[in-house]
Amino acid sequence: MNKPKPKIKKEAVPMPKQDPKERIHNFNEVALGYTEEQVVAEAERCLQCAKAPCVEGCPVEIDIPSFIQLVRERRFAEAMRKVKEKNSLPAVCGRVCPQEAQCQANCTMGKVGDPISVGRLERFLADWEREHGYEVPRKSASTGKRVAIVGAGPAGLTAAADLAKLGHEVVIFEALHKPGGVLIYGIPEFRLPKKIVEAEAEYIEKLGVTIKMNAMVGKLYTIKELLEQYDAVFIGTGAGLPRFMRIPGENLSGVYSANEFLIRVNLMKAYDFPRFDTPIIVGEKVAVIGGGNTAMDSARWSLRLGAKEVRIVYRRSRKEMPTRAEEVENAEEEGVVFEFLTNPRKFIGNARGWVKAMECIRMRLGEPDASGRRRPIPIEGSESTMDVDTVIMAIGRTPNPIIQQTTEGLQVTKWGTIVTDENGKTSIQGVYAGGDIVTGQATVISAMGAGKKAAKAIHQYLMKSE
Amino acid sequence: MYEIVTKRELALHTNLFEFSAKEVAAKTRPGQFVILRVHEEGERIPLTIAGVNIEKGTITVVCHEVGKTTKKLGSLKEGDNILDLLGPLGKPAEIKRFGTVLCVGGGVMVAPLHFQAEAFHEAGNKVIGVVGARTEGHLIFEDEMREVCDELYVATDDGTKGHKGLDFLEDLLEERKIDRVIVTGPIVTMRTVSDFTRPHGIRTVVNLIPIMVDGMGMCGACRVTVGGRTMFACVDGPDFDGHQVDFEELMARMKMFTAQEKLAYVFHEEGGRSL
Repeated sequence: MNKPKPKIKKEAVPMPKQDPKERIHNFNEVALGYTEEQVVAEAERCLQCAKAPCVEGCPVEIDIPSFIQLVRERRFAEAMRKVKEKNSLPAVCGRVCPQEAQCQANCTMGKVGDPISVGRLERFLADWEREHGYEVPRKSASTGKRVAIVGAGPAGLTAAADLAKLGHEVVIFEALHKPGGVLIYGIPEFRLPKKIVEAEAEYIEKLGVTIKMNAMVGKLYTIKELLEQYDAVFIGTGAGLPRFMRIPGENLSGVYSANEFLIRVNLMKAYDFPRFDTPIIVGEKVAVIGGGNTAMDSARWSLRLGAKEVRIVYRRSRKEMPTRAEEVENAEEEGVVFEFLTNPRKFIGNARGWVKAMECIRMRLGEPDASGRRRPIPIEGSESTMDVDTVIMAIGRTPNPIIQQTTEGLQVTKWGTIVTDENGKTSIQGVYAGGDIVTGQATVISAMGAGKKAAKAIHQYLMKSE
Repeated sequence: MYEIVTKRELALHTNLFEFSAKEVAAKTRPGQFVILRVHEEGERIPLTIAGVNIEKGTITVVCHEVGKTTKKLGSLKEGDNILDLLGPLGKPAEIKRFGTVLCVGGGVMVAPLHFQAEAFHEAGNKVIGVVGARTEGHLIFEDEMREVCDELYVATDDGTKGHKGLDFLEDLLEERKIDRVIVTGPIVTMRTVSDFTRPHGIRTVVNLIPIMVDGMGMCGACRVTVGGRTMFACVDGPDFDGHQVDFEELMARMKMFTAQEKLAYVFHEEGGRSL
């Protein structure tokens, strides 16, 4: 007689997290990661669907059911190998991917209970591998072809890893002093510890990729000059320019772009000032303008840096926020206050030119706009004043323009993004691009997906030109 | 790593450094700057390039010890290395034949001014130079400037050498036909000279290096209001029309981190032991 099948649990194994009261006083990671027991219990919930709808939701097409099956069997090294067939940055993706909108959105279990926590499983494997030593995959024989990658962010690192595995010689040119792009300067320590980004970059170097720092393409070399020395070029320079509202008082002291705030704190480690030289000033009353992940990151950093009241001021309502649900939940747990349907009109300074207040106006939602979200409309006469001593503008980022300005013949859109075909091919032969520089500001994983596609196209181009 | 090939003391707490940076040297034009970081815990600071030697593959900067980072840099010797050097950043100065160019520099910024004055001279301009400093002891690059200028004036705040202050420029601007003015140095100097030239309608270019972090347009710390519009000094500048710059706002922004800079300096002096 067959044993009755154990009933599959509808609820996901919860992620152990630091207590909100504790964690706002340290800089350590909030989510602590599954234990071996927890990861296996979560993997047991997977139905192993033959059609694998989860894979369709993954921009880099990880064979999710196969790796979950290996996790169930506690064959972690093999499970990791399975993930890495497609994803070179699993410790990052396991932490920052919007899984609820990708693999997990399609999960069959999600129809009857919680979807499988694919991201948490991926994170466990990556952390397990980091502790047990990296396995460097076999590479194809050298092709003798050279590829230059511009920018060591998620798109560039992914393209570099894939091209190196295929046997090409790859050099990444990075303008900052550390690799990782937004992973190192944008995403906070408490969400993505920098030692993890460093380890992922080291893994990519172990694949034979050279990462050249302080090398700003467009200033130090042009794309044309790179093409003289390399057989192909991939541009992954991202969307790194801060947007401002162009309202009065925006240049007062105490008003930061989210980029400045996050670069100081994350890349330059201002949270450890004065051991690290770069300072940051966070007052008692902080207003973060915007409703995306960057706004959540800035707000949660502000609390950790000693702010007493932190407000997220967003012009639409909760429903339209372009952030991960998990980040909103974390921010609320920590005490961040949300002011929806509110927009600043001007900033008011004190005698020293430091911001002291912000005039806001109430908004209402009208018809949907180009983004599909309902357009916010100011309600005249609803002005009010909010006391603030620090303001962080987190209203989006625009593409880095330097390569577009210095590369003749490179087709660019009116938004400053680079025009490519679906495989990342630009208007210049041998030059490919992908990530935020092509799509405008998006997610880490979509940039990685673009890097992957472009790597495939570059490989085909290089082997054809043989 | 970038090696210090030459270090020379020009005045008290003011040093000239020649860094080995071949690729940067090959691309540098007058008016551009670099961002450097001395050590792992260090901050990124902008310094205007004062010259290049393409054969040797070096760039020159002059640095006055004002805070923790510049002091740390000043403690390094020839043969030592700094961790990071990024450049050349910013747009190059517009160098062409204008006629008569008045180049006014104050403090350490006389060194990068010399780089520009030399280029203006080579482009066929008549170059009138003004080198300024707080006292005679702080003056740098006077001889170098004399070599590339058709006329050279010296000014000190305390009158220990040359003219006392810059007021003499008002007469000079009355008497002479000047086609373009370049000012590098402290913000007050740039503002003063811009005020002097405004009634004469002479195009006055100021070289702004506000607080910066990345130096490539990402952080926006260096934003300045020019003609009512917000510009980023690192990518839109560093050269701007001195008659359009909101100097008051710029000065307030430059003071944003003064208390922290002092704290970092004290921490450094104490050897990082205590606070």
